[in-house]
Amino acid sequence: MVALSQERLVSSISAPVRRSPPKAFDRFFRIASLGSALLVLTVLLGILASMVYGGAPAFREFGLGFITSSVWDVQRDQYGAWVAIVGTLTTALIALVIGVPISLGIAIFLTQLCPLWLKRPVATTIELLAAVPSIIYGMWGLFVFAPLFARFIQIPVSNLVEGIPIIGTVLYASVPSGVGILTAGIILAVMIVPFVASITRDIFDQIPPVLRESAYGIGCTTWEVVRHVLLPQAGVSIIGAVMLGLGRALGETMAVTFVIGNANRLSASLFDPGSTIASRIANEFNEALGLQLNALMALGCILFLVTFTVLVLARLLIARVNAR
Amino acid sequence: MKPLSFAFAAGLAVASFSTAATAAEITGAGATFPFPIYAKWAEAYKKDTNNSLNYQSIGSSGGIRQIRAKTVDFGATDAPLKGDELDKDAFVQFPMVTGGVVAVYNIPGVASEKLKLSGEVLADIFNGKITKWNDPKIVQINAGVTLPAATITPVYRSDGSGTTSVFTTYLSQVSETWKSGPGAGASVQWPAGQGGKGNEGVAALVKQVPNAIGYVEYAYAKQNAIPFAQMQNKNGKFVSPDSATFQAAAAGADWKSAPGYGISLTNQPGDAAWPITAPTFILVPKNPEKPEQVAEALKFFDWAFKNGDKMAVELDYVPLPAQVKDLVRATWAADIKDKSGQPVFKK
Repeated sequence: MVALSQERLVSSISAPVRRSPPKAFDRFFRIASLGSALLVLTVLLGILASMVYGGAPAFREFGLGFITSSVWDVQRDQYGAWVAIVGTLTTALIALVIGVPISLGIAIFLTQLCPLWLKRPVATTIELLAAVPSIIYGMWGLFVFAPLFARFIQIPVSNLVEGIPIIGTVLYASVPSGVGILTAGIILAVMIVPFVASITRDIFDQIPPVLRESAYGIGCTTWEVVRHVLLPQAGVSIIGAVMLGLGRALGETMAVTFVIGNANRLSASLFDPGSTIASRIANEFNEALGLQLNALMALGCILFLVTFTVLVLARLLIARVNAR
Repeated sequence: MKPLSFAFAAGLAVASFSTAATAAEITGAGATFPFPIYAKWAEAYKKDTNNSLNYQSIGSSGGIRQIRAKTVDFGATDAPLKGDELDKDAFVQFPMVTGGVVAVYNIPGVASEKLKLSGEVLADIFNGKITKWNDPKIVQINAGVTLPAATITPVYRSDGSGTTSVFTTYLSQVSETWKSGPGAGASVQWPAGQGGKGNEGVAALVKQVPNAIGYVEYAYAKQNAIPFAQMQNKNGKFVSPDSATFQAAAAGADWKSAPGYGISLTNQPGDAAWPITAPTFILVPKNPEKPEQVAEALKFFDWAFKNGDKMAVELDYVPLPAQVKDLVRATWAADIKDKSGQPVFKK
């Protein structure tokens, strides 16, 4: 490897020197690219500022109660975000619990076990999943997945657990409609798998093959190689990938709105309907006026902060790993 | 005019296939409920007059916002503005067409229009007070229909909508508990049930969940063949929803009783009146900054009043009675003036 790169270096020096473009163009190019970079920053700050400005009346009116109250009553102009915040975090958590193991499985299979001829079809399929628009997931979730889920999961499970303490509440469907918190979490899991899987695959690919091969060389099984070589090596980078998936799960709007059941009620059962911040905004923004509009903006603010925190954490983790 | 620019202009005219250079484009925005009929009228109007209408169905509140910001020539809303709001914004409000909301259900073994409901029972179902289909209150008015001992799942619109506004206005009129509880509005705090997004979301849930009940616009239920219930009206008669019963509700109404014709057609008296009927409204500025654009919009509405009734009926909307149309025309002539004080609307 080293020899190869030195060879390249030499050849690029010995290549004929190209005429440099005029200085003025260089300056223009510099300013233009700086402008593009600043534009993104300005837009981001502008969005944040307008959300804070739009949400401020709601924060002023309800104070901290806006976050802790679970009342959302448009008729009496009383707004609280608690149900939506809980719904957002619960569905995202379910998505991670289901999606991350599957993603790791995909990544490990693709990098360690997959026969060469199968590698490309599987990888392409997963990347295609990432390209499916979220409204399609929503429609598929409502019209195809939800009825099947109700028939083959909700009803049998509810009958099975009825009467058992705790689990009889958490997994009991008072209305087996197929939509609800758990359905939203499952749809979100399907949506984040392609992201987490492809990033994790890249991470595994970057681990020097020599480590893996020496482990096999001393007689390790595939499981032992994965458990003791790959996972420790990938380590925190995987958490970075998971965080990116989480960021997507937190902010997903359309698909969730279709399958979550849209009820502003806290419920102990995962089969019951709920709502998330994004689905609340999608549902009510069109017809919102006055304080309701401010409250929706304030919801947006909260979502922005949560997602932003998650992404910053992911960046920090990845940076720490790269620095090692 | 220089020959060159003349040629250019002529070229443009040919390129756009327009016979007159003055083809107007009217812009409007608002309610989603009347969008299908406005779109159909616009298409026919374009053929007739070469003038086009660009209507964006962004929701009633969106329509009100847009006309306040003066970015459109007219706004459209399902929930009428009140008199003081109309005065404050200097808007003229008038009805365009009416339609009905129906209760749709999925009870195994009960065909469409076999189920009978009263307003009070409907309110109690959506309030979570009646939870079984074989509740004595339902059985009492449904002699001869076998109702299961199954739990009722109420399904509501999760997105803010004019349909919800009409439905909850009706429930508030017929039930004190509903009025002091969830109340009436484009989105309310539902005590029970599940929310679907849009008519299609409600329809999908009702179809999927046995023993569910929801509400959608009549046209939507009819076109998608979802069973709907008979309702007991103010006179105590059970009626089925169709254009005749919607028209009966509109005919008995006292349109002049509220400013901007902002009356509710829910729970109207009359033996044949469908109880959950509602008009949808148009908003235009009283003293428009662009009177010629508003004049074009009024011309379109006038054309629709004259030629649009058949198209409205085809799409299961109900045209306004002729005397109401005349009232509206008189309002245009009297209230919408340009800067010199001349009426904008010319017959």
